[in-house]
Amino acid sequence: MGRYILRRLIFAVPTLLGISLVIFAILALAPGDPLAQFAADPSVPPEAREQIRESLGLNDPWYIRYFKWLTALFRGDWGYSFASRVPVLDLIAQRLPQTLQVVGVAYLVSILIAIPIGIISAVRPYSLFDNLATTFAFIGFSVPTFFTGLVLILIFSVRLNALPFIYDSTLRVTDWETFVRQVRQMIMPVTVLALFQTGSLTRFVRAAMMENLPADYARTARAKGLSEQVVVLRHVFRNSMIPVVTLLALGVPTIFTGAIVTEQIFRINGIGELLIKSIQNSDTPVVMAITFIFAVLVVFFNLIADVLYGVLDPRIRYD
Amino acid sequence: MSQQRIWSLMAAVLVGAIALAACGGAPPAQAPTTAPATTAPASPTAAVAATAAPAPTAAPTPSAGRGAGDTLRILYWQAPTILNNHLAVGTKDVDASRLILEPLAAIDPEGNFVPMLAEEIPTVENGGVAQDFTSITWKLRKDVQWSDGSPFTAADVVFTYEYCADPKTACTSVAAFRGIKTVEALDEYTVKVTWEAPNSYPYQVFTSQRGAIIQKAQFEDCVGEAASTAADCQAANLAPIGTGPYKLVEFKPGDVVIYELNERYRDPDKPFFKRVELKGGGDAPSAARAVLQAGEVDWAWNLQVEAAVLQQLASQGGQGNLVTYNTANVERLLINFTNPDPALGDERGQLSQPHPFLTDLKVRQALALAIDRKAIAEQLYGPSGYPTCTFLWYPPFAESIADIFKDCDQDIDEANRLLDEAGWTRGADGIRVKNGVRLSLLFQTSVNTLRQKTQELIKANWAEIGVETELKSVDGSVFFGSDPGNPDNIGHFFADIQMYTTGAPEPDPTAHLCGWVSSAASQKENEWRGTNNMRWQNTEYDALCDQLRAELDPDKRVEIARQMDALIVSDVAMIPLVARPRVAGASKDLQGYNPSGWDSELWDVANWYK
Repeated sequence: MGRYILRRLIFAVPTLLGISLVIFAILALAPGDPLAQFAADPSVPPEAREQIRESLGLNDPWYIRYFKWLTALFRGDWGYSFASRVPVLDLIAQRLPQTLQVVGVAYLVSILIAIPIGIISAVRPYSLFDNLATTFAFIGFSVPTFFTGLVLILIFSVRLNALPFIYDSTLRVTDWETFVRQVRQMIMPVTVLALFQTGSLTRFVRAAMMENLPADYARTARAKGLSEQVVVLRHVFRNSMIPVVTLLALGVPTIFTGAIVTEQIFRINGIGELLIKSIQNSDTPVVMAITFIFAVLVVFFNLIADVLYGVLDPRIRYD
Repeated sequence: MSQQRIWSLMAAVLVGAIALAACGGAPPAQAPTTAPATTAPASPTAAVAATAAPAPTAAPTPSAGRGAGDTLRILYWQAPTILNNHLAVGTKDVDASRLILEPLAAIDPEGNFVPMLAEEIPTVENGGVAQDFTSITWKLRKDVQWSDGSPFTAADVVFTYEYCADPKTACTSVAAFRGIKTVEALDEYTVKVTWEAPNSYPYQVFTSQRGAIIQKAQFEDCVGEAASTAADCQAANLAPIGTGPYKLVEFKPGDVVIYELNERYRDPDKPFFKRVELKGGGDAPSAARAVLQAGEVDWAWNLQVEAAVLQQLASQGGQGNLVTYNTANVERLLINFTNPDPALGDERGQLSQPHPFLTDLKVRQALALAIDRKAIAEQLYGPSGYPTCTFLWYPPFAESIADIFKDCDQDIDEANRLLDEAGWTRGADGIRVKNGVRLSLLFQTSVNTLRQKTQELIKANWAEIGVETELKSVDGSVFFGSDPGNPDNIGHFFADIQMYTTGAPEPDPTAHLCGWVSSAASQKENEWRGTNNMRWQNTEYDALCDQLRAELDPDKRVEIARQMDALIVSDVAMIPLVARPRVAGASKDLQGYNPSGWDSELWDVANWYK
C-alpha cells in the first residue's frame, strides 16, 4: 500500500506541471487586460496603461512568464494580485472560511438528505415515495442555481422580507443572536446548493442500492433469518456505499473552490466569486493559484478515493 | 461528476457574468424585456448640471452633528479591491478610498473647485496660478491631521508626487502627474507645482478623483517596485491612513469595507454617521432592487439597468429614489477612415490605406442622418440617457438638455438624397453600390444588452438607406483591453464602425479633445495605442487643438472647444448618440448628497445625513 501511494504521488508531479502549463497558456492566449476598466477613460491614457503593464511584467512572452511563475512557486511565492497588490494566498485565506461554511454545509446537508431518501427509494421502488423522490431529484438537478437563487430571493427577501440576500461576511458569531443571524443568511444559499446536489446524489444512492438488493449475499442473509432492516442497513447498504464514497471523496475539492454562481447571487465573498472576478479582470496570479490548488486537490482526492476503495472492498488490493 | 458540473456551469456563467462586469459605461445584461416607447427621459428640461432626482442641493445642515447617525450602508455592484487611490484599478477603488484619502480640492457637479485640504483655490487673480500658467501654488489648511494624529503638511503632498513619478510604482493615476517639472514645498503649508510648459489646466494634479494625498510616513519605503512587493506596502495599500471623514476598520478585498468616524476630521460637526459599510459585488439590477425595493442599503452606485426595469423598480419599490447626475460621457459611433480589410495583411488599418467608402463625406453624413437617436435614448436608456447632437453637452458649452438635441433628427429622405447625389445606386438586393464597391459595414461594440439593442436599431435605420450592416460584439475586457496582440480592441479597430462611451474626465476638455488629433492616430507603429482610433486626419482640427492648448482666456477657450466639437460633428468623424448621466439610488431618508460627475460619487460623503 505504501509503495502504491508513493508511486501515485510521484506520478502526480508531471500531471500537475502539465495542468499548470495548460492553464497558463490558455490565460496567456486570452486577450484580456487587467486595466481594461480604464480603457475608455481618458484619465488613464494608453501610454500610462502600457507603463503599468510593463511594470507588472505582462509584456514578456508567455513562456518566460510561466517560467518565472513556476520558479517563484518552488520558492513558495504565489505572486501578488494585480487588483489588490497583496499576496494571492492572503486573498484566498480570507475567502476560504466563507466558502467552506456555505458550500461545505450544503454538501453535508445534501449527503444527509440524499442517503436516507436513496435507501428508501431503492427498498420500495416505484412506490409513491420513490416517485416523489424521483420527481424532486430531477427538478433539483435540472433547475439551475441562478434560477432557484433568484426565486428564493424574490419570495423570501422581496415579498416576505424574511431573509437577507446580501451576505454579511463581517458577522462574527459570538453569541446566540449572531448565530441566528449567521444561520438566517446561510439558509438561502445552502438551500440552493443542497437542492442541486441532493438530486443527483439521491439517484446515485438509489441505483447502487438497487444493484445490491437482489445480490446473492443479500438473499443468503435473508435466508439466515436476519430481519430486513439488518439486511438492508448492515449488508446491502455497506456494499452500496463503495461507489458512493468514491463519488463523495471526488466531490470534496469542489467545496474548496466554491460555488461560482451561488456566491455571485448572494454576494458571498467566497473562492468561486474571487475566481470569476479574477478571470474577468485578467488577474492571472489569482486565477493560476486557485486553479492550481484545485488541480492539486483533485489529484489528491482521487488518490484518497482509490485508497478508500481498497479499504472498503477487501477484494481490491494494490501492490 | 460534481466537479464537471462546476466547470460547465462556470462556462455558462462566464458569458453572463462578464457581460455584467463589462467596461466603464457598460450596462449589465438584463432580462430581455423591451422598453415601452412611452418611457420618456427624466425631466429633459432640467438644467444640465442639476440632479434630476429630488436631491437636496442646498448647504446641508445635519440636524444633530457629528456621530449622531448610526450606520450608512453603501452598495457597489463592483467590489473594491484596493484602497490606495493611486493603484486603483477601477472607479470602485477610487470611490472606496475617497472616504479616507482626500485631494487638495474636489469638483462639484457644476464644475467648480471646492477646497478640501487646501485653504483656497489658487487662481490667477489671487496669485496662486502664475500669469504665464507655468506654475500653481497651493496653500494648505493648517488644521488638518492624519487619522493617526500626525500633522498633514506639504511634505505629504510632495511625497505623493514622488511616489507616482517613479514609473516602477505603476500608479494608475500617472496621467495626472504628466508634464510636471518639479513639486516643491515652499514652507510647511505651501506647495508649488512647476510645469514643463505653460499648462492651461493647472488643476490637473492633486485634485478630484485621482489627486488623493497619501501619508509620507506610511508610504515612504514604498516607492518603486516595493509598492507592490514589500509586505508593509501591501498592507498599506489595503489600509491607508487618511485625512478624510472616515477611517478604516476592516477591509476584505473584493467584498466589503467597514469605516468608522475619524475623530480627528477637521470639521467638528461632521460626519453624521458613526460607521459606514461599503459592500461590493453582485450586479446592477439586484443592487437597484436592494436600494429601491428591499430598502437594504442607503446608497447604490451606478444603476446601469435597462430603462423599463429601472423605472418599474423605482415606481413600485417605494424604498428609494433614483439620483441622476451628469458627466461628460457620450455614447458614440466612431468611423474608421482606414481600410480594415483582412486581405491587406500588415497594411490593415494603416493610414496609407484609405477606407473604400467611409472617406466619402456624403456617405458619412447619410449614415449620421439615418440614425434615430431619440428612439435609442428614450426606449433603451430612459433616465440614463439623453439624445445628443454634440459631445460637449455640459456647461459652459451647453445651456440645457433641451439645447443638445437640435438639428440632428432622423431624416431618411435627406440621407437617401445625399447618397443618390454622390452616385451610390441601389443594386438588385437593395444595397447601394458605386464602382463595384458595396455599402456594407462591419459594426462592432462590446457585449452588453443595451449596446446590442442599439446596434439592432441602427442596423434597421441604415437598411432604410440601402446600407448593409454586419453586427459584431466583443467581450468588454477584450474590447477595451490594451494588449498589442489583441486584434479585437478599440485601438486596432478592425471594423468599419465601432461604438462605445467616453468623455472628458475633468471639466476642462483640452486633453480629451486633443486626443483626436491626426498625430494621435492609432497605428501599428505605436502598437495601436494612439487615442485617435478613427485615424481621422484633419489639419484644421489639429490647428484648433494647438490654439486651445495655448489659449489662456477662459471665454476664448470655450469658443475654441465648441469649434472643435462642431468640426468633429460636421466632418462626421464620430457621431454622438446618447449623452449619459450616471444614475445612483438613494434611500428615501438619506439627505445631503450632491454627487458630481467630475469627481467621485462619494466626494461629499462627510455631508450626508439622515
